[in-house]
Amino acid sequence: MFDETTVNMLIEGTGATLYMTLVSTLFGYIVGLPLGIILAITDKTGIKPNVVIYKILDFIVNLTRSIPFLILLILVMPLTKLIVGQSYGSAATIVPLTIAAAPFIGRMVESSLKEVDKGVIEAAQSMGAGTFTVIWKVLLAEARTSLLVGVTIAIGTILGYSAMAGVVGGGGLGDIAIRYGYYRYETGIMIVTIVILVILVQILQGLGMMLSKKLDRRQA
Amino acid sequence: MEPIIRVENINKTFSAANGQVEAVKDISFTIEKGDIFGIIGLSGAGKSTLVRCLNLLERPNEGRVYVDGKNLMELSEKELRKERQDIGMIFQHFNLLMQRNVLDNICFPLEIAGIGRKEARKRAYELLETVGLSEKAKAYPAQLSGGQKQRVAIARVLANNPKILLCDEATSALDPQTTKSILTLLKDINHKYGITIVVITHEMAVIQEICSKVAVLDQGRLVEEGTVEELFRAPKTEEAKKLILNGKGLGVEEVDDYV
Repeated sequence: MFDETTVNMLIEGTGATLYMTLVSTLFGYIVGLPLGIILAITDKTGIKPNVVIYKILDFIVNLTRSIPFLILLILVMPLTKLIVGQSYGSAATIVPLTIAAAPFIGRMVESSLKEVDKGVIEAAQSMGAGTFTVIWKVLLAEARTSLLVGVTIAIGTILGYSAMAGVVGGGGLGDIAIRYGYYRYETGIMIVTIVILVILVQILQGLGMMLSKKLDRRQA
Repeated sequence: MEPIIRVENINKTFSAANGQVEAVKDISFTIEKGDIFGIIGLSGAGKSTLVRCLNLLERPNEGRVYVDGKNLMELSEKELRKERQDIGMIFQHFNLLMQRNVLDNICFPLEIAGIGRKEARKRAYELLETVGLSEKAKAYPAQLSGGQKQRVAIARVLANNPKILLCDEATSALDPQTTKSILTLLKDINHKYGITIVVITHEMAVIQEICSKVAVLDQGRLVEEGTVEELFRAPKTEEAKKLILNGKGLGVEEVDDYV
């Protein structure tokens, strides 16, 4: 159907998409996980209520989340250039992807941790558990299923964002779809990239759900 | 007998949407070592808040809480955590870690106390035997019945050899027969290890079954206190009379509805 160059390009594009998505998810969690933990524990029903810290972080998260990704992509270009050395390509796309993902991940982590039964937290405190123990052994451990579902959602969302990076020459499947499908009217290539994207999302989603289900001990 | 818990003039006020709620008003009482002390009252009487003042899960706005001679109100965060290892607590809804199996649930307080894994497991197996659940070591809480969950919670609370055991409506989610078996277990624990037990309940039957002394709570105030025998023979207050009548006239579950 396609010549060798096109096939190679599609394989490389898939690799670049996976690279951007997975690395950005990782960095997103490095920032988003602590952020979510702080949001969950400093809220008024948390174990270390602190109105000031909560309100500030809450505001920053809302602010970042309300900027459309396409705009953010362009907005952080100077920063991207500073960190990566260039403002285009797959590596450069990781910077805006991480910035967009971290607050979103923080929110999901916050909501997962808030699902943990208050009674169990109280029981741990009655045994003499300190804040760190409650976070590590109660909140994160009890919410692990929900947290993993969150990871799956995050990967799917970031994958979608990464396709948008094609607009600014970000590389990956989205880039190919725009260059060939949109600018050159090569519908065939565009459809193939979309099919690959769909398959990627399905596989990642399936894996995530299977893992979270396997790790859940709440069913009889 | 020497006192193990001494509460002096504690007050606890919460700020709610419609102003201040005084959950505990100027309460003082003493519990002696080895006793099974009941605190009874209708829902909203302040029982749960009061029992949480005994391990400072709720910090009273005023007053002193002495446990084994130490005023908990004056302890640092770290000292308080250490002290809490001597004051176990079990709950109406058991509050087990759902993602850990029975054995690891019992190991949890030992982890907090910094005891090694091997030793903790050995102790956990012994405790499972004490509560009669040895065959459930690898089961998860979701696979257990209510009574079995409470037994695991009791094994867990005994892990650190507490001096005091606080029971917050520990049998209220259980059927009458299971209630009886859990109360028998608590009585055994009291005899065998000499642990002082504080029982919070709205059921007179529970008080009658295991307590030696009782305090009646009404709208945040302690209105009557004495031996269980005295209370049944000659209740001094309206609240106490009402609670006794409720317990007599109705079955355990119906009382719950009535309240």
